[in-house]
Amino acid sequence: MNVIVCVKHVPETAEAEIAIHESRKRIKTEDLVFDINEWDDYAVEEAVLLKEKLGGSVTAITVGSEDADSTLRKCLARGADKAVRLTDKAFEGSDSYAIAKILYKIIKDLPFDLILTGAQAGDDGCAQVGVVLAELLGIPHVTMVKKVESVEGHVKVNRELEGGLEEIVEAKLPVLLAVQTGINEPRYISIMGIRKAMKKEMKVLGLKDVGLTEEEVGESGSWITVEKMFIPPVEKEAEILTGGVDEIATKIVETLRAKGLI
Amino acid sequence: MDFELTEEQMAIKKAVKEFCEKEFTPELALELDEKEEYPMALYKKAAKLGFTSMRFPEKYGGQGYGVLEDCLVIEEMCRSDPGLGVAVTLGTLMLPDLLLKHGTEEQRQKYIPPLCTGEKISAAAFSEPEHGSDITRMDTTAVKSGNEWVINGSKEFITNATVADFFCVLCQTDPKVTPSHRGESMFAVDRGTPGLDATKLKGKMGIKPCVTGSLSLSDVKVPETNLIGELNKGFYYALELFDETRIAIAAEAVGMAQGAFERAFSYAKERKQFGSPIIQFQGISFKLADMATKIETARLITYKAAWLFDQGKMDPMITAMAKAYASRVAMDVTDEAIQIYGGYGYLADYHVERFHRCAKITEIYEGTTEIQKLTIVRYLLKRM
Repeated sequence: MNVIVCVKHVPETAEAEIAIHESRKRIKTEDLVFDINEWDDYAVEEAVLLKEKLGGSVTAITVGSEDADSTLRKCLARGADKAVRLTDKAFEGSDSYAIAKILYKIIKDLPFDLILTGAQAGDDGCAQVGVVLAELLGIPHVTMVKKVESVEGHVKVNRELEGGLEEIVEAKLPVLLAVQTGINEPRYISIMGIRKAMKKEMKVLGLKDVGLTEEEVGESGSWITVEKMFIPPVEKEAEILTGGVDEIATKIVETLRAKGLI
Repeated sequence: MDFELTEEQMAIKKAVKEFCEKEFTPELALELDEKEEYPMALYKKAAKLGFTSMRFPEKYGGQGYGVLEDCLVIEEMCRSDPGLGVAVTLGTLMLPDLLLKHGTEEQRQKYIPPLCTGEKISAAAFSEPEHGSDITRMDTTAVKSGNEWVINGSKEFITNATVADFFCVLCQTDPKVTPSHRGESMFAVDRGTPGLDATKLKGKMGIKPCVTGSLSLSDVKVPETNLIGELNKGFYYALELFDETRIAIAAEAVGMAQGAFERAFSYAKERKQFGSPIIQFQGISFKLADMATKIETARLITYKAAWLFDQGKMDPMITAMAKAYASRVAMDVTDEAIQIYGGYGYLADYHVERFHRCAKITEIYEGTTEIQKLTIVRYLLKRM
């Protein structure tokens, strides 16, 4: 099975102090540490697991600057065979649609049975690239994927629904799956993996190579523009629970579960 | 001049960091520190990922990198936890380095691959109850009898004593020669050889997960093929080894200092007294500035020593400077880290006291700071 994994190099924001850039359109990223998007990490692992089971190859693709090489190397160290970095000044400011267009132009000519993406990215959290890319390619897609099983010409996929529910769907290959965290346990990067990764092919392609014009990418090629980024005012919300101890405990569990916290 | 790590070296650092973040849990660190127990499962896991065989050639199952890459792993592990870091990274102690330089192909094939995979652990038995810094004479003797050597004596402060499968043992093979160090030889001894006994030393100040013990060797018979290198060259081999392993100790020290510093730094940002985070007070912030500066300089000289070694331009003076300086920095920085934590820093659960206890060993083993200074002065006199 030939798998393409789309990955994104994102700032680690979970524990970092976030400040808004003077432009008021993005966060300041100068002092942040970048790494592979968490969801994509699971997607890469899933791709490698599928390859190990079924043979074929794994290609990791990203749209990003030169800094994204470390993320691609990580994919290669984890077991991807090839990597492609799509880099061009003109790509900057692209929204999910423009990014999907860039990816589409390259992926349409590659042989693949399966495309994996993370369900969303940790920085903008749009969760759109995968879906738009599948539409452009004219292939089916499944989002929030928690489990993948390959059956002759098909995949059987578990989707995560709200409230701890899952649904099982079948899709014909080729298909795009947007992977949810927890689908597997991403392996540690080994030194052997790093050694191999340094010898693997990493292609860098630009605007001309993908066959798009400047107007079709970046801000001009996007459907969404960020007008203003701001920190929302803190709202206070309190709910006083009443009743017996058991009753209160049940309500707490229900509330937490409804909010997706447990 | 280029002070930057390569993309590959950065990837190595990151890989170790991610491994440590998940595996070197604070709970495990506290538990094994208290129990003085070797982290066997962790060692094997780290070995399988290649972290413990960085500087050994690929031909023998190693990773084919240099001392600098090895230092990156050691530093990152000791930064995460000094006790676990030392225990894990010292699992392949000295024997492979010794065999790569002086061993026969047969000895290398036998000993190095299982050490690289983490199946086995090695130890270096040089120190004796009466000979620590001064190893110019060994009370442990090896006497030729037919085509065997018979070893008798005792060894002290042996890292990995009770968990090691293979030992390299420094013995007096010619008791009459003067100076006496010209009569010392190195032997490979396998665990389970009759007459070889190991006892664990308890109550160490720090690096408690790293097992230290005594060896007693009573009529331990090894075949002739277990002699490593040439007869009566053992002392020179030992000194030569230290030139490499001392760099690793400097890396331990840098890692420990970094780990304690980071903890103290984030604590200083969180902890409020007199209405503001204590980092706002210059009494605290200047400490942190000094700590960061010291760590940076210690790291630079350590990397330089490693780089020189990897370039084939090993400089014993720079190595000695790196070890003496980085270990002192580790002591100072971990001490100040406790001070910044105040009363909490004195408690095990806040971790920095463990860093301080562990840091002390870096001033002692692989040649005390005083021995390093002797080396530094010896080279200064030669060169200036």
